[in-house]
Amino acid sequence: MALSREQMAQRVARELKDGYYVNLGIGIPTLVANYVPAGIQVMLQSENGLLGMGAFPHEDEVDADLINAGKQTVTSVPGASIFSSAESFAMIRGGHVDLTVLGAFEVDVEGNIASWMIPGKMVKGMGGAMDLVAGADNIIVTMTHASKDGESKLLSRCMLPLTGSGCIRKVLTDLAYLEIENGAFILRERAPGVSVAEIVEKTAGKLVVPEYVPEMAF
Amino acid sequence: MAGLDKRVNSYQEALAGLTDGMTVLAGGFGLCGIPENLINEIRRRGTRELTVVSNNCGIDHFGLGVLLEERQIRKMIASYVGENILFEQQLLSGELEVELTPQGTLAEKLRAGGAGIPAFYTATGYGTPVAEGKEVRSFNGRPHILEASITGDFAIVKGWKADHFGNVVYRHTAQNFNPMMASAGRITVVEVEEIVEPGELDPAQIHTPGIYVDRIIKGAFEKRIEKRTVSI
Repeated sequence: MALSREQMAQRVARELKDGYYVNLGIGIPTLVANYVPAGIQVMLQSENGLLGMGAFPHEDEVDADLINAGKQTVTSVPGASIFSSAESFAMIRGGHVDLTVLGAFEVDVEGNIASWMIPGKMVKGMGGAMDLVAGADNIIVTMTHASKDGESKLLSRCMLPLTGSGCIRKVLTDLAYLEIENGAFILRERAPGVSVAEIVEKTAGKLVVPEYVPEMAF
Repeated sequence: MAGLDKRVNSYQEALAGLTDGMTVLAGGFGLCGIPENLINEIRRRGTRELTVVSNNCGIDHFGLGVLLEERQIRKMIASYVGENILFEQQLLSGELEVELTPQGTLAEKLRAGGAGIPAFYTATGYGTPVAEGKEVRSFNGRPHILEASITGDFAIVKGWKADHFGNVVYRHTAQNFNPMMASAGRITVVEVEEIVEPGELDPAQIHTPGIYVDRIIKGAFEKRIEKRTVSI
């Protein structure tokens, strides 16, 4: 069975380490905040200028002046700090964020990522995605392995305009967890009940399959 | 307005001198911390052919969206414009020009502009459409692109509190792009929720020092919420 959005978030959350500063993108990455392992302390960075993002507010706490990068109302945790957009991206660009999780349309074996623009469709803009992928060492991309039409999103070369080049090393799809090394995807883990054969079939870029590929457990 | 007292009494006075074809820098992220009354005053004045620099372009019927409705914006420099149907229509019809800029690069272009730095190198956008036509130079073995900074004829800014001298503090994440806009405007106009006496704000807690600010006005704000999300 392919992973649900929640299971994908749960799997990513296992990469969190105690003391991490983490930037979570919009969509599945946002859900990672719900699965921070017990006994681990992390601080969530929101690119609009908040370090120490908390849960969504209760009705009586809603404050128009406190939002996240997705423009949703949020709260701040005790010990949070708030700053300008320039300061926020100084943290991001300067490599101070320990883990960045974001979505994508495509990734390729060279670590390129395309996530912001589909030619011929309305271009909404890249927001902070280009800064995030350029500035972070540790990035996890979350996306479905293939499109609804069955087209692989793990390619030998991205076809869409790039968000960043040579910057992606880790990809979690609904079928597998993969790393990118030396011009290939390395299959590290597979979703429960998903065969290696299915992953091979749905991966267009070069795929290295180690002898033993463990199944994720939830 | 006298000496270092930056207070003005009307929105008309706050934007005196704004004319067609100027570049306006507008603070805010989404609808959070936007100078909503100053935007409405630009609409009332009917100033046209504006280049507007702002992270986003409001939504239909609110924020910078109202200037799109009146076709007052010729060019928009922003990082994300997805919340606006009029924007799409005017872009496709060629009435509106857009320069999409990575959010961190946009913030830094304005910070640098206000700080007298004409351009800077960044790795952001290298190898993407953003890099087209830009100078590339390697530092520490990594390619970077040269990005020019931005300044504007007017900056319109939303603060929380300001004193007579134009020292400004922002509230929570309504700070966002506002401090950079304030520093990069030739004429910087700040509208705030409250004007206090000099000395009331802690000098060490000022976000935008008054030297960057030319005019201060107190306004009433709707503070519309774009995505009201609550825990149950």
